[in-house]
Amino acid sequence: MASEGIIRSEGRKNYLNAATTVKSWLLTLDHKRIGLLYLFAISFFFALGGIYATLIRLELVTPEGDLLTPEMYNRVFTMHGVTMIFFFLIPSIPAVLGNFCLPLMLGAKDVAFPKLNLMSWYVFMIGGSMMLYTMLSGGIDTGWTFYPPYSSIYSNSQVTIAGVSIFITGFSSILTGLNFMVTIHTMRAPGLTWFRLPLFVWAHYATSLIMVLGTPVIAITVLALAFERTLQIGIFDPKLGGDPVLFQHMFWFYSHPAVYIMILPSMGVISELIATMTRKRIFGYNFVAFSSLAIAVFGFLVWGHHMFTTSQSMYTGMVFSLISYAVAIPSAIKTFNWTATIYKGSVSFDTPMIYALAFLGLFTIGGMTGLFLAALGLDVHLQDTYFVVAHFHYVMVGSAVIGFLGGLHYWWPKITGRMYSEALGRISAIIIFVGFNLTFFPQFVLGQLGMPRRYHAYVPEYQVLHVLSSAGASILAIGFILPVFYLAWSLMYGEKAGANPWMAAGLEWQTPSPPPTENFTYQPVVTHEPYEFEQVPEIKQAREAELLRA
Amino acid sequence: MNPSSFLIQIPFFPEQASNFALEMDLFYLFLFALTGFFTVLIGVAAIYFLIKYRRRSQGEVPEQIEGHLKLEITWTVIPFLISMVIFAWGAKLYYQMYTPPTDALEIFVTGKQWMWRAQHPDGQREINELHVPLGRRVKLTMTSEDVIHSYYIPAFRTKTDLVPGRYTTSWFTPTKTGTYHLFCAEYCGTQHSGMIGKVMVMEYSDYQAWLRGVPREKSPAEAGEQLFTSLACSNCHLENNSGRGPSLQNLFGKDVKLANGATVKVDETYLRESILNPGAKTVVGYTNDMPTFQGLVTEEQVAMIIQYIKSIGQKQGSGQTATPAPAAPAPAAQEVGRPAAPQTAKPAAPQGD
Repeated sequence: MASEGIIRSEGRKNYLNAATTVKSWLLTLDHKRIGLLYLFAISFFFALGGIYATLIRLELVTPEGDLLTPEMYNRVFTMHGVTMIFFFLIPSIPAVLGNFCLPLMLGAKDVAFPKLNLMSWYVFMIGGSMMLYTMLSGGIDTGWTFYPPYSSIYSNSQVTIAGVSIFITGFSSILTGLNFMVTIHTMRAPGLTWFRLPLFVWAHYATSLIMVLGTPVIAITVLALAFERTLQIGIFDPKLGGDPVLFQHMFWFYSHPAVYIMILPSMGVISELIATMTRKRIFGYNFVAFSSLAIAVFGFLVWGHHMFTTSQSMYTGMVFSLISYAVAIPSAIKTFNWTATIYKGSVSFDTPMIYALAFLGLFTIGGMTGLFLAALGLDVHLQDTYFVVAHFHYVMVGSAVIGFLGGLHYWWPKITGRMYSEALGRISAIIIFVGFNLTFFPQFVLGQLGMPRRYHAYVPEYQVLHVLSSAGASILAIGFILPVFYLAWSLMYGEKAGANPWMAAGLEWQTPSPPPTENFTYQPVVTHEPYEFEQVPEIKQAREAELLRA
Repeated sequence: MNPSSFLIQIPFFPEQASNFALEMDLFYLFLFALTGFFTVLIGVAAIYFLIKYRRRSQGEVPEQIEGHLKLEITWTVIPFLISMVIFAWGAKLYYQMYTPPTDALEIFVTGKQWMWRAQHPDGQREINELHVPLGRRVKLTMTSEDVIHSYYIPAFRTKTDLVPGRYTTSWFTPTKTGTYHLFCAEYCGTQHSGMIGKVMVMEYSDYQAWLRGVPREKSPAEAGEQLFTSLACSNCHLENNSGRGPSLQNLFGKDVKLANGATVKVDETYLRESILNPGAKTVVGYTNDMPTFQGLVTEEQVAMIIQYIKSIGQKQGSGQTATPAPAAPAPAAQEVGRPAAPQTAKPAAPQGD
C-alpha cells in the first residue's frame, strides 16, 4: 500500500496507519478516510469523463463526422456531461476537501453524523455503479439536460435507469449538505464564533444550503421523467397532455443553483489559498462571507435565464435577466476583494498560489462572459452555441476544477504527510492554465460565429477554430495527467511535510500531518479571528532565525 | 455611410443580413470593450501587486488591513449600475425581437426530426430552405411535430425554439441578398447536426418569380376549408350558431367567454388547443361534445384549418349575427384580425432601413 512509507517513517499513529485492513477503510467512520474514499471515486469518474472529452475533441478536428457515428457521438457528449457534473464536479470539493477539512477547521473530532457520512459515500457509489451500468448497456443520448419530449418518448437509450441513478446520487448530496450544516452549527470549538470561521467554512455552509434545498427538485424532476417514459403518464410530453417547458423550469430550478454547488466551494478554497500565500487576512472578510450566502439565495431565482429562446413570456425573461445581473454582483465583490488582499501582502508563489491565480484569471473571464449571456437580446444569438459551451467550461473547469486542484495541492501535505515536487507542481499548473485557454477561448469565437453546440458534424468554415481547440485540449490533458504521477511519487518519496508547511493560520495546521484519527490530541480553543498570521508559531520561529542570522 | 461596413471587416462576426444584426454586433462590441477593460484592470492590478509585494523573507508578516467600507460600496455600486445599463439595452433589443409587426409576410414553419418545412402564404412549400424577400418584414409562425427544435439563422441573429404543443414566432427584415446558414440549435436526436438548411434572401421581384416557379398547391386557407369539410367540422360548427358547436364566422381575434367564466382571445394557440384538446376551454353555453383530433391531423393540417378559420374571420355582412352574446361589430373585427393569408403575399412597402 502506498501509505507504507508513511507508516515506517512516522513513529506515532495517525488516521492512515491506525488500521490498515480493507475492512477498516470500507467501514470507516473517520471523515478524513471518507474524504479519501470520495477522492478515489471521483478521480475515476474524472478520468472517465476525460476520455469522453478526448473522443469529442478528436471527432471535431474535421468537419465531417468521420470518427464516431452520430449515435455514438451523441452518447459520448451526454456521458461526458453527466459524468463530469453529477459524479465529479458536484461532489468534488465538498465531499473530498470539505469532508477532510471541515471538522479540522472547526476543531472538531468528526462531522456531526459520521455514520450518515459513510452512508452518503455508499449511496454515491450505488448511484455511480448504476451510471456505469447505463454506460455499459448502451449509454444515453439525451444531453445532460434530458429535455423532453426527446428524452421521455423519442430517445432510444437508457434514460430511465440513468434518471434513477441521478435520483439516488442526489441523496448523497442532500445527506452531505445536511451533515455539514449540522456540523457547522454544533461542532465548533470553544471560542470559534461565526465570524472567526475560515471563509472555506462559510462557502461550504452556503453550498450545503443549496444541496439540501435544491437537490430534491432534480430528484422529483428525473423521477417524473422516468414515470412518463415507463408508464406514459403525461407530465412533459404534449401528446400526453404535458408541457415540455415545465421540465425546463424544474430542471434549471436545480441545475442553475447546482452551478453554485460547484463554484462556491471552489471560492472557499481560493480564499484560504490567497490568505495563506499572501499572509494577509482576506480583505473585506464579511463581504466575502456574506456574498457566498447572497449567491446561494439569488442563485435560486435566476433559472429562467436558460430559457430566453424557449417561448417563455417576454416579461418573465426580463425579470430573470434582471435578477441574473444581481447574482453577478457578489461574484464581482469576491474577485475585487481577493485582488485587494494581495495588496501589501507577502506573496509566495508556491503551487497552490499558481492555481489560485489561474482561478482568478479564468473565473474573471467566465464571469464576464456570463454578462453577455444574461443580456436578453444578445442571448438570442448566443444561446445554444459554443459561446455557452466556452462560458460554462470557464466557470466549471476553469474555476471549479482549478479550485479543486489548488485545494488538493494545498492540503496534500496535511492529507498524506508528504510534499510533492514543487517544480512539477508549478509547471503543471501553468500547463493547465495555458492548455485551458487554448481549448476554450476559440470556442467563444466559434459561438459568436454561430456554431451550435452538440453538433457531430459542422460546416467547414469553423474548422480552424475547432483544430485550435483540440490542440489546446491535448495540452490540457498533459496538465491533468502530470499531477497523478508526481502526487503518487510523493506518497513514497516525498519530503516529510511537518505540521504546517505553508505557515498557514488555520486550525487544521495545528495538528500533525497526517492528523491522528481524533484530529487533535488536545481541545483547541480559538481566541482570535482566522488569518492572524502574527500568531503562527512557524512564522515566529522563522523570524527569530532570521534575526539571529542578522 | 452605413456604420456596418467597418464591422464586416472584423472576422469575428457572421454576416449581417437582418435588421437586428447591426445592433446586436454593436451591443456585443460594447460588452467586449467593457468586460475587456475590467478584466485588464483586475489583471494589471493583480500582477503589479504580485510583483511589488512578493515575499522577501520567510519570517515576514505584512501589516494587516481589515477592509475598506467605501471601497466595498464603490465596487458594489459601480458594477451594479453598469449591469443595469447592459440589462436595459438587452431588454430593449429583446422587446423588439419579441414583438412581430402586424403587417409582416407570414410563413409557417414546422420542424420534424430531422428536417425543416416552410409554407408560404399562397401555399408554396419548401424543405430545408427558406426563400425570403429583401427588405420585407417576415414573420415565422412555428411549431414542432415531435421534439423541441430551434430555428437559428446566425446571419440574422435570430433564434427561436419550436416547441411541440404550442406556436412560437420569430421575425426579421432581411437586409442583404445572399445565401445563409440555417441551423437547428436545440439538440433533437441522432441527426441533430444534419438538421441544417439554407436561407436565401432575394430581391422582391426575384422572390415573386421564385414563388411562381414553385408548383403551387392550394393555399393553406383553401386546403383548410377542404379539411374542415372532410373532417366533418362543418357538421357541428354551423354558420348561424344553430349547430352543436359555436359558429366560427367572424371569430378570429375576438374575445370569447368560457364556461368557467374566464375570457380568452381567439388566436392561433387557442384554436390549436381547441382542435387537439377540445375540453380545455369550452365556450359558455356549449357542452364539450367534440372529440379530440390529436393524432388525426398533422401540425401542418392544424395550421391549415386555423388559416381557414382566420380567413372566414374576415368575411362580413353575411347576416349571421344570431350569436348568443352580441358579437363585436364587423369593423372592430377587421382591426383586431390579421390580414387573411392571400393578402399578406403582397406585404406593405419595404422598410426604409
